[in-house]
Amino acid sequence: MNWGIESATVRYGSQVALDGLTLQPERGSVTVVIGGDGAGKSTCLKALVGLIPLNGGTACRPSKKEIGYVPATGGVYPDLTVYENLAFSGRSYGIKGSAFEKRRAKVLELIGLRDVRERLAGHLSGGMQRKLAVGLALLHQPQLLVLDEPTTGLDPLSRAELWRVISHTAAQGAAVVLSTTYVNEAQRASLVILLSEGRSIAAGSPSQIIAGVPGKVGRVKSERQPPGLAWRRGGIWHTWDLSKGTPGEADRIEPDFNDAVIIAELSHEIGITR
Amino acid sequence: MWAMTVKEFRQLRRDHRTFAMMIVLPVLMLVIFGYAANFTVSKISTVVVGPQAMTVAAQLKAPFRVVETDPKLGISTAKSRLLNGRAEAAFIAEPGTTQVLMDGTQLFSTETAEAALGRMAQAARASGTASPLSFSILYNPRLNTSWVLVPGLAGLILVFIGTLITSLGVVRERQSGTLEQLAVMPLRPWDVIAGKIVPYFIVASLDLIVIIAVGILLFGVPFVGNVAVFALGAVFFLLVTLGMGVLISTISQNQGQAIQLAFMVMLPQILLSGLIFPISSMAVGVRWISYILPLTYFIDISRGVMLKGMSIAALLEPMVLLAILAIVVLALAMLRFRRDLAPSSRRYQSAMAETRVTA
Repeated sequence: MNWGIESATVRYGSQVALDGLTLQPERGSVTVVIGGDGAGKSTCLKALVGLIPLNGGTACRPSKKEIGYVPATGGVYPDLTVYENLAFSGRSYGIKGSAFEKRRAKVLELIGLRDVRERLAGHLSGGMQRKLAVGLALLHQPQLLVLDEPTTGLDPLSRAELWRVISHTAAQGAAVVLSTTYVNEAQRASLVILLSEGRSIAAGSPSQIIAGVPGKVGRVKSERQPPGLAWRRGGIWHTWDLSKGTPGEADRIEPDFNDAVIIAELSHEIGITR
Repeated sequence: MWAMTVKEFRQLRRDHRTFAMMIVLPVLMLVIFGYAANFTVSKISTVVVGPQAMTVAAQLKAPFRVVETDPKLGISTAKSRLLNGRAEAAFIAEPGTTQVLMDGTQLFSTETAEAALGRMAQAARASGTASPLSFSILYNPRLNTSWVLVPGLAGLILVFIGTLITSLGVVRERQSGTLEQLAVMPLRPWDVIAGKIVPYFIVASLDLIVIIAVGILLFGVPFVGNVAVFALGAVFFLLVTLGMGVLISTISQNQGQAIQLAFMVMLPQILLSGLIFPISSMAVGVRWISYILPLTYFIDISRGVMLKGMSIAALLEPMVLLAILAIVVLALAMLRFRRDLAPSSRRYQSAMAETRVTA
């Protein structure tokens, strides 16, 4: 059986946080869980690594030694230096001696924090702290790496650097799962799961999700919002029409991933199940 | 200003624990400590031995409460009763003279006894039936307050370090988001708790040595007993206070709550442990609280060893009770901690069990 959660349901009291969600990340690739605030992204990742018990469904995960996890809230000790943080992780996973030194050097190189290795983690910038957190989770070479919104609030450069680390880790053979609110980041994944209210409203590779868009998508150059379902893309409007005829006055276009995500959200809102 | 007041009240209402602390706690404390804070000793447990024991025991009035009378026993038994804390005063009634021995570690009882004996002698002189009475105080002959306070204060300082500082430990992890990381690491809850306790244990032990050394050098407090017995008691006591700190930490969401709870645990220990007010003078309704506080037993041990030179056999009761408290507190802390560290494995196992039943 693959790692992951199947038909997983998680309830917080009467509130359903995860509703029959299936997430099975593959080794050697990046899986992205995307959704708005409160969609259930964190819950989904926590359930995946075993931080939250499931109320329904099944979970299959590797042993704790094979899991790396970075919580959304940080996950580094601010009153320890970069080196000391790494030393704690190393000891906790039983990595010792020259093996540890080798791993530490590799991780520091990868996350680009070699020059600040003696600095307190609390004195690092937000981006550096995130990179350190990812580095700590990578130290023991996990087979399943789970990152909760690793790039939220970071500048574009730090985001790009983090993505380099993430892609590198997947290329080494690990299954990487991360959550994000940025659509363009999801496009880099080989598997995307779009979450809304704890349910998967679209899943597949970005191209599969685009191909699965029902109806027609058009574009309208207009100052005012055209009638029907429409959203702004820069200076123009994109429209979505489920009827058979041509979409009003709009020129028909091929939807991109951004459109596909918006359409998935819209269909969920107006109650169309695919 | 009104906006601020309304906001502040709303926030206060959300934090139930603080709200309860502000309203319930002062009343509760006042009632408990009002009944406990009592320097007046009305009962002094007394043994009467020696050939004239029956006559002397019959003459003794309050505050002396005779718990044992035996004409066949002598001064050595009387001393051992005082040593083991079975009695605070001993009368050795010989023909023609009576010797009174007091336990000097019981400051207030001894002072009360001294005053009562003075009154008795005066009354006897007035009625012309005076008999010679010799009075001596054991263990703390000059009734030095510092001799009695230092062994107790050492325990109190350990409570401060152990409970207050340790209580912040897990909460800090929770707030910085590292607790979740610990939960996915291949660490057992016991590893984490022990790992958290050990550094504080070492620091607190060093602290204890310094405090006792300063007490001996500066206040001339004696240390007549066995260091190993004292050390054993200190280890049990430290385990309880450190475990309490971890327990508080696991049931608090933030550092503020942890500090509040730590104070709620420390205050009763200061006032109800016998450190300041004698336990025997407390109202029965609050006295039982004393007997669940670890400091009560540590004070028994530290005063017993340092001032009286009590053996481990004589201190068996407080030792065993401290050990039991340590086990209970650490077990509770670990159970609470498991909920934070291994939530899913438990549920997962039960889910597996269910599927096996249905299949």
